[in-house]
Amino acid sequence: MSTATLDKPAARKQKVMLVEGNEAAALGVALARPDMVAVYPITPQSSLVEHVAKLIADGKMDADIVDAEGEHSVLSVLQGGALAGARTYTATCGPGLAFMFEPYFRTSGMRLPIVMSIVTRDGITPQSVWGGHQDAMTVREVGWVQVYCETVQEVLDTTIMAFKIAEHHDVMLPVNVCLDGNYLSYGTSRVELPNQEDVDAFMGAKDVNWHVALDPLRPMAVDPLTGGSGGKGPSTFVRYRKGQCKGMQNSLRVITEVHEEWARCFGRSYAPLVEDYRMEDADYAIMTLGSMSGAGKDAIDEARDAGKKVGLIKIKTFSPFPVEALIKSLQKVRALGVVDRSVGFRWNCGPMYQETLGALYRLGRHIPAQSFIGGLAGADITVGHFHRVINETEALLSGPASTEPVWLNEKD
Amino acid sequence: MYEVRFHGRGGQGAVTAAAMLAAALLEEGKYAVSIPAFGFERRGAPVVSFLRCSDRPIRQLTNIYTPDCLICVDPTLTRSVDIFAGLKPGGTLVQASNRPIDEVVLSEAVSKVGLCDAISIALEIFKKPITNTLMLGAFAKTTGIVSLAALKRSLEDSDFRDAGLRQNLAALERGYEETVVYSIPQRAVA
Repeated sequence: MSTATLDKPAARKQKVMLVEGNEAAALGVALARPDMVAVYPITPQSSLVEHVAKLIADGKMDADIVDAEGEHSVLSVLQGGALAGARTYTATCGPGLAFMFEPYFRTSGMRLPIVMSIVTRDGITPQSVWGGHQDAMTVREVGWVQVYCETVQEVLDTTIMAFKIAEHHDVMLPVNVCLDGNYLSYGTSRVELPNQEDVDAFMGAKDVNWHVALDPLRPMAVDPLTGGSGGKGPSTFVRYRKGQCKGMQNSLRVITEVHEEWARCFGRSYAPLVEDYRMEDADYAIMTLGSMSGAGKDAIDEARDAGKKVGLIKIKTFSPFPVEALIKSLQKVRALGVVDRSVGFRWNCGPMYQETLGALYRLGRHIPAQSFIGGLAGADITVGHFHRVINETEALLSGPASTEPVWLNEKD
Repeated sequence: MYEVRFHGRGGQGAVTAAAMLAAALLEEGKYAVSIPAFGFERRGAPVVSFLRCSDRPIRQLTNIYTPDCLICVDPTLTRSVDIFAGLKPGGTLVQASNRPIDEVVLSEAVSKVGLCDAISIALEIFKKPITNTLMLGAFAKTTGIVSLAALKRSLEDSDFRDAGLRQNLAALERGYEETVVYSIPQRAVA
């Protein structure tokens, strides 16, 4: 959250507006000055791309817009744009993301720094058009950087930062800015809109296609056939994959640096990877992701007022998983409750819970940890639900953890 | 924290009203967050939206279950929806209705009612039964949580065309002027 620790004050006063999360994302996109956007509307992303289209139609944003016939084409068009040197943007979710999967996989392999908002939506079937992290979680293993926002202001700010992270020469990877469908996409609140000149100074000179380019004057083969078991195939393929992994690991440092620079320039600081909330002397902790975190923090405050020594750990950067940063947060707690807004079908638990078990292994600590799953398909995770999470996590201090997840909305 | 739940039917502007009220509260230096409830919105179907306001930043992005105030922009909704679910004891109802107070459906939690014949006024101003800005005026009159001046500025900053803005400003003022506020005696708790 914006606990301002200013080295130097923001250069100019920022305009205060009241916007929904989708409009905040669109305003962030406009400030980042992409050359090309391609769109296909889908609930709950639709108003985001409508806002982008309107900004372009009103002359407030100087970008080519391609209204493609489907999401597969959307991302394919942007790949061409990025290869020609354009800064590119799109947004999608749920079934649209599924339809986009073939070019989605290729984007990170080609090291194209495309920024795409995922206005997260639960997976179908059962039929549903509402929020949930299932779509973004399903593609967490494809080499895109994925960050999750908590507030409308954070959506605006992170959307701008995403371009700088993606295009950093040590990263060169596509970035998903995830904002929760419904609660964050349509939630309307106060934001401060950075000044264009200040964002221009923050972004610096545009330098998108230094590594690979569709340029008639310097022809090159892009994405050559490789792999197999003969010749230089195996080593070439490994070199590509290792490069992607290195870019992902480098992004942890770059995400942190870009957030620090953002705080210096605009006076709003966010924990870039992992946020500790009231963790100083916490015996146990709950973990959150995305817009649920606000209600989680309110519940923590009430629990602290009642004398409970509990804190909250919020993940912002989910991919790459910030293992080292999370280990620092997990060093002292003796029990953990992890709240996911999606389902990990293979392990019968939430995906973030499963990833956290891996981090605990790296830390060398075996503490009781419980998976909680809530907020599926637009369901609410209220302060009341979080009190249940806190109480059941506290009980782990003196009792066994279940191998079954707790389904928070089972009786709602 | 003050929590408001809007009840209306698709097309009456309950969601827009929540956002306009949030903008007006922002004008007055308060923090406000509005969230629509989600459904397959269709014209005429019951819809709900939520608004929280506070002097401090608001963190929870959730629906509202125990509102301090209900704004019901449609006079027929109480026949099909329990609008009173979760209303805090001592709560407020701002109701569009042309009925006298003793014929208005209430719950035991209601201690204050603002009544506005919003449909009739809307038909005069818009030639359509769109009551949302009228009921914002009624809310201001009933609760004093927001000023009429801030609501006007909020409307002026919205994307209305000129004629639409004039009509909505008129609706806001008439909603404020023509709302009658009643105190409902509370039953003694046994």
